[in-house]
Amino acid sequence: MNQLVYDFIKQNQDYILTEWMGIMKESTDERLIKVVSDRMFTQTSSEFIDMIITNVDSKNKEFTLKLSDFAEKVVQLGWPLTFVNEGLHKFTLIVINGMVEKGLVTPDNQVNLVNHLDKWATPINNEIVNIYTQTWERTVSMQKIALQELSAPLIPVLEGITVMPLVGTIDTERAKQIMENLLTGVVKHRSEVVLIDITGVPVVDTMVAHHIIQAAEAVRLVGAKCILCGIRPEIAQTIVNLGINLNEVITKNTLKKGIEVALELTSRKIVKVEG
Amino acid sequence: MEFQSCVKIINEWDIVAARQLGRNVAKELGFGTVDQARITTAISELARNIYLYAGQGSVSIEKLNINGKSGLKIIADDQGPGIEDIRRVMEDGYTTSGGLGAGLPGAKRLMDDFDIESIPGEGTKIIATKWLR
Repeated sequence: MNQLVYDFIKQNQDYILTEWMGIMKESTDERLIKVVSDRMFTQTSSEFIDMIITNVDSKNKEFTLKLSDFAEKVVQLGWPLTFVNEGLHKFTLIVINGMVEKGLVTPDNQVNLVNHLDKWATPINNEIVNIYTQTWERTVSMQKIALQELSAPLIPVLEGITVMPLVGTIDTERAKQIMENLLTGVVKHRSEVVLIDITGVPVVDTMVAHHIIQAAEAVRLVGAKCILCGIRPEIAQTIVNLGINLNEVITKNTLKKGIEVALELTSRKIVKVEG
Repeated sequence: MEFQSCVKIINEWDIVAARQLGRNVAKELGFGTVDQARITTAISELARNIYLYAGQGSVSIEKLNINGKSGLKIIADDQGPGIEDIRRVMEDGYTTSGGLGAGLPGAKRLMDDFDIESIPGEGTKIIATKWLR
C-alpha cells in the first residue's frame, strides 16, 4: 500500500465513514433503506468501512476471514450485491477526492495513486462477488436437493394399491424420475393398481400429458393398471382444447373416487362394521 | 399497448417463469380460472417450442384495451430455424420431436386469435390473443 494513501485513510477514518454513509443513502433506492433500519445501516456501514480499512493494514488472512464474515451477514440482511459493489467504488472515490482536496495529489503522482487504489480495490471486489456467488450456489443446490426429495414419492396405501401424488411443475428431469419411481415401485410393492394424483400440478400441457400417457403405458406393460385422478375442471377443459387423447387411461376427478375404483378392480370394497 | 413484459427463454425453468407471468397478468385482467389455465397452457406450449426447437427466444405478455374490450396478447419470438410448412405443423398429430404433436394446434384452440409468421432460417414469431368476455 502506498504510504500516502494509507496515512490519509487512517487519519480520516471518521470523515470517510460519514461521507460514505451520506452518499450511499442518497444514491440507493428506497427499497433497501426500508428493509434495513437506520441503526442497522449505520452499524453495518461502519463495519464495512472498518473491514476495508483492515485490508489497508493488509494482513491477508485476517482480512479474508473478516470479509467472508461480513459478506455472509450482508447476504442475510438482504443487501444487494450491486449496493456493496457500489459502496466499494464510492469508497475509492471519496479517498481520491479527499486527497485532492487536501492537496496530496500532484500531477506527478496521480496516475500512480489511482493505479494503487485500483490494485487494492479489485481483489476486494472479486472476493465479495466470489462470496456472494458461493452463497447463492449453495442455496440453489440445497433447493435442488430439497426439490428432489419431494419429487415423486410412491405410497402403498392398501394391499396392491399404491398412490403417487404429484405436486408442482413437471419438467423433463422430474418426468424421468416419475417414470423410474413408478416402475420400480410397482414391482417392489407388487401393485395391481397405481393412482397418479395430479391435483397439485398447476399446468398440464402436451408435454406433461405425454409423460403421463407414457407412464400409464409403461405401468400397463409391467402388468398393473393406472388410474389418473385429481383432474380439476379447468385442467379437463384445457386437455380437451389441446385435443389430447387420454382414452387409454382411466381418469377420476378425486383421489377418493380413484381408490374406490381401485378397490373394485381388485374385487374388494369398504364395509361399515356393525355395532 | 399499455403494458408489456418479457421473459427470455433460455432454459427449461424459463418456461415456468413465462407462464407464471402470464398467469399473473391474466389474473389482474380478471380472467376466470378456466381461461387462466388456457392462457398459461398456451404460453407453456409456445415457450416449450422455443426451448425445444429454437434453443432460445422470448415470450412477451401484453395487456390490450381496444374499444373497451380488454385482452391478453402473447408474443413468442425466436431466431431459430423457422418452420418450413406452417400448414403441416398446425395439423394435429404432426411432430418432429416424438411428442404428441398437439402443441401448436392446441395452443390455437386455447386462444381466440392466433397468428404465426415464420421464415425458414430466420425465425418464428407467434402472436396469440385471448379476449376477456
